[in-house]
Amino acid sequence: MVDATHGAVDVIPPAEVPEVELYHPHSWWTKYVFSQDAKVIAIQYSGTAIAIGMVALVLSWLMRLQLGFPGTFDFITPEAYYQFITMHGMIMVIYLLTALFLGGFGNYLIPLMVGARDMAFPYVNMLSYWIYLVAVLVLVASFFAPGGPTGAGWTLYPPQAILGGTPGGQQAGIILMLVSLILFIIGFTMGGLNYVVTVLQGRTRGMTLMRLPLTVWGIFTATVMALLAFPALFVASVMMLFDRVLGTSFFMPALVEMGEQLSYGGGSPILFQHLFWFFGHPEVYIVALPAFGIVSDLISTHARKNIFGYRMMVWAIIIIGALSFIVWAHHMYVSGMHPYFGFFFATTTLIIAVPTAIKVYNWVLTLWRGDIHLTLPMLFALAFIVTFVNGGLTGLFLGNVVVDVPLSDTMFVVAHFHMVMGVAPIMVIFGAIYHWYPKITGRMMNEAMGQFHFWITFVGAYAIFFPMHYVGLVGVPRRYPEIGEPAFITAPVENLNAFISVAALVVGFAQLVFLFNLIWSIWYGREAGGNPWRATTLEWQTSETPPPHGNFGKELPIVYRWAYDYSVPGAKEDFIAQNDPGTGKTATGLA
Amino acid sequence: MAIALVLVLVVVGSVLFHAFSPWWWTPIASNWGYIDSTLIITFWITGAVFAAVVLFMAYCVWRFRHKEGNVAHYEPENKRLEWWLTILTGLGVTAMLVPGLFVWNQFITVPADATEVEVIAQQWQWSYRLPGADGKLGTSDSRLINAENPLGINPDDPNGQDDLVVEAADLHLPMDKPVKMLLRSIDVLHDFYVPEFRAKMDMIPGSVTYFWFTPTRTGTFEVLCAELCGTGHGFMRGIVMIDTAEDYATWLGEQSTFAQLSAPEQVGAAEEAVVRP
Amino acid sequence: MSVILVFLLVIAGIAGWWLSHQGLMSKPWLEHGPAAAFPDTDVTGMPTAKVGLGVFLAVVGCLFALFASAYFMRMELSDWQPLPIPPLLWLNTGVLVLSSVALQCAVIAAHRGQIDMVRLGLVTGGLTALAFLAGQLVVWRDLSASGYFLEANPANSFFYMITGMHGLHILGGLVALARTISGAWGRRYQPERLRLSVELCAMYWHFLLFVWFAVFVLLAGWAADFIDICRQLLT
Repeated sequence: MVDATHGAVDVIPPAEVPEVELYHPHSWWTKYVFSQDAKVIAIQYSGTAIAIGMVALVLSWLMRLQLGFPGTFDFITPEAYYQFITMHGMIMVIYLLTALFLGGFGNYLIPLMVGARDMAFPYVNMLSYWIYLVAVLVLVASFFAPGGPTGAGWTLYPPQAILGGTPGGQQAGIILMLVSLILFIIGFTMGGLNYVVTVLQGRTRGMTLMRLPLTVWGIFTATVMALLAFPALFVASVMMLFDRVLGTSFFMPALVEMGEQLSYGGGSPILFQHLFWFFGHPEVYIVALPAFGIVSDLISTHARKNIFGYRMMVWAIIIIGALSFIVWAHHMYVSGMHPYFGFFFATTTLIIAVPTAIKVYNWVLTLWRGDIHLTLPMLFALAFIVTFVNGGLTGLFLGNVVVDVPLSDTMFVVAHFHMVMGVAPIMVIFGAIYHWYPKITGRMMNEAMGQFHFWITFVGAYAIFFPMHYVGLVGVPRRYPEIGEPAFITAPVENLNAFISVAALVVGFAQLVFLFNLIWSIWYGREAGGNPWRATTLEWQTSETPPPHGNFGKELPIVYRWAYDYSVPGAKEDFIAQNDPGTGKTATGLA
Repeated sequence: MAIALVLVLVVVGSVLFHAFSPWWWTPIASNWGYIDSTLIITFWITGAVFAAVVLFMAYCVWRFRHKEGNVAHYEPENKRLEWWLTILTGLGVTAMLVPGLFVWNQFITVPADATEVEVIAQQWQWSYRLPGADGKLGTSDSRLINAENPLGINPDDPNGQDDLVVEAADLHLPMDKPVKMLLRSIDVLHDFYVPEFRAKMDMIPGSVTYFWFTPTRTGTFEVLCAELCGTGHGFMRGIVMIDTAEDYATWLGEQSTFAQLSAPEQVGAAEEAVVRP
Repeated sequence: MSVILVFLLVIAGIAGWWLSHQGLMSKPWLEHGPAAAFPDTDVTGMPTAKVGLGVFLAVVGCLFALFASAYFMRMELSDWQPLPIPPLLWLNTGVLVLSSVALQCAVIAAHRGQIDMVRLGLVTGGLTALAFLAGQLVVWRDLSASGYFLEANPANSFFYMITGMHGLHILGGLVALARTISGAWGRRYQPERLRLSVELCAMYWHFLLFVWFAVFVLLAGWAADFIDICRQLLT
């Protein structure tokens, strides 16, 4: 319909190179350490996130050892067990997934994909990483503080989070945790401003919103949500810090701890839960939306087919982002809040399933009549769909208020959220790393090691979390270091738990192969060239690989088309890059 | 190729595990069979969707895998297909939501003839209070808690004097009588959870929450705490026994009232006076 | 949580209005060539720094809206005892208004190229903001001297916490203002750059003044009265 190629090129302003905006490194320090280059910051963010993620992985082994073989390991006391689960959850959700998707992939991909030289505010972007690093160090410090880290569960519910009956509650643990969260939020806000403003202001000429790859849409929407949701965690953390350190009673009612009247009075634990979940639910989508976006691009590229229903995909991302702010209390159906809220929040929660389902259909329909290359990124994308569909569907149990009543606070919940916001996004992270590694390093990751890693991780993770739903269905509550053999258990869950634990250890060790591959391939991987996947988006069209500071040589690319021109009928190749002016093909013929 | 096979195996394996594994919910002992029914509806719908999506995907991967000379089909969108899928999904979601909301309405509407029983949780034990002859529970306040009055019952409230106090012991309930469980905590969050009853609710210090149910069979059931409450969370267990009417009456007769418990000095003094020559 | 939901509704409205101008209904696979992006759907003509500050202010607004939400929810519980509003707060409010006015004068002067006026406005703005902070500290001291301690009642706790949080934001603004002032003197003086930074400072100052008004209304209890009146009108 609209063929604007003709005659329009003249009015395009000359490619300005806003060199003054960029701070070029002058020394080793400013090039590799205090760098303002988003790509270096991305690698710093990713490296730190993966490092702290390994700590969380080890913690998960420890807790699985306890659950699978209770009583075998003397050093895992209940206190230690609660510290392990708390730190595992907090690290995985905030310091790994949020930081890696937004700080890592966001930093690397946004400027490259929208055709910008760098983030809008490189200096602030650099500060963002360093504050994140301090937040991580404060978190790590709590492991060495007297009394150890907090064991309040990652939800940090008061009153127990700041009382003596909980590990770290009356010691430094909880204080360090809250301080670390506050720092993380400050640091994240600095980074988040960059991601949003770069998408708003930094897009190159011709890059309309509807030409953005879905990866950018996902990260952009998630960042907007994070900027609006993290303040809730900030407020909750500050208020709890006041309660703990200064003796205020925001969340603390009058209570008797171990026979002793405390000076607190009148506060509301539910208030904390509202604030926490006002952050906590959007957080699920802050992790999921970038994954949605990235996986769309992986599937499209490796199936050599445009993403099916691009417009629907964009709308779904926006709708999910908006709706996710009015579903938070579905985490609180049995919290004792006003029961009428249950009707409202169950309805909104199940409505959000519709746009989410549309996204799933569109991924699968993209495969339909495609030309599917079963590369590692594609395999991980398929694994994502399986685990995400599984975890998403069990969400319908927990979102439907009355079905949630028997299942809430059981292992079913644990299995559900690990499947949907643990395994599924991590599959995308792996797929994305295999996909963009050649752009970051110039070399491919080793295929054999990658295949080994994929099969163990996919089959293993499914074997861990699918049976775990049934442990919960039997009635085993979460956060129990051991269940014993209560009468309600229909069949002993010990064997099942032992099986899950073994699978968890195996999957965990497979990640070491991945880490080895990640480092080994920097030097020994096959040379990749600039665009090994024959992809359309701008990051693959840079003049050099890895892209230099400033991303695109002298001139910024001009965008002529959307991000999904794969297998266009009549085109010479099965992809047309976004900055390919293209000729000989009129759009009218395709309507 | 292997991936298509594995996807099929994932579906088949999941269905077989679901159908034949011995791990299933414990037999119900309350009136909340409706909750189980909604759960079953949800299992059927979600199970069908899971199998359909993953099998379709497996078929696509097998059918459209890359072969030399293959070219993908070009189709940016298909409005009709997308609308159909949206509507179908909407219907599926409604089929789960509507029964769910009906049952929730029942869950939060306590029948008028329900007797009240108070559960008091603390780190890490369960205590109970039952209304005495007047059928009313007296008021309580955690500020009143001390060694003599561990549940914080208001001694000035006449309704509270005949309340039966069951401290750190088993609770008995009569069969087929609806009960409203009033839930109170004196320190941190807890959650009164008996898997056989299906119902559960958090207990919040500073306020009283509730749920109701009707026990439908006699027996001994284990109470668990289902909200993290500190180091002893996993060991915070208790016992609820569902009795026949006669057994329940016997047990009720053995319990002491708040008035009896709060006058131990006089009782003790009297005993001493007897023993002392 | 009603305050934050209303706030987010406003944000969603702005976002929706902006998105509605971005051609979300267009079919991108049918449109080729760069011109489809011009003129109205391309990036805005606003300076990037201003957009950045705008986004940041939305986050700050969100933060204070959440504090207000928590305030209202906590307020409904029985142990709430409102504390008297110290008269000094009125003076502080006046000083903060003065600070905003001074910076606005600096903006006007920057547009006219009157560098002396810019310097005067900036320095006045900075000094009055410092005076505001000092005034707030005096308010804190007076309150605790008359027995309204931080932990004595949630109303007091909120008073100290929210005014403290507002003060910290002013303090952060003063750092930026100090940089701007140093840019208005000496070798680093560049009229274009200076004008932008003065505008940014003024924008931030006006926003914090607005937040202060909201905080004042909240802490003085008028917001709660207002909501009560609305409720009565509705029922």
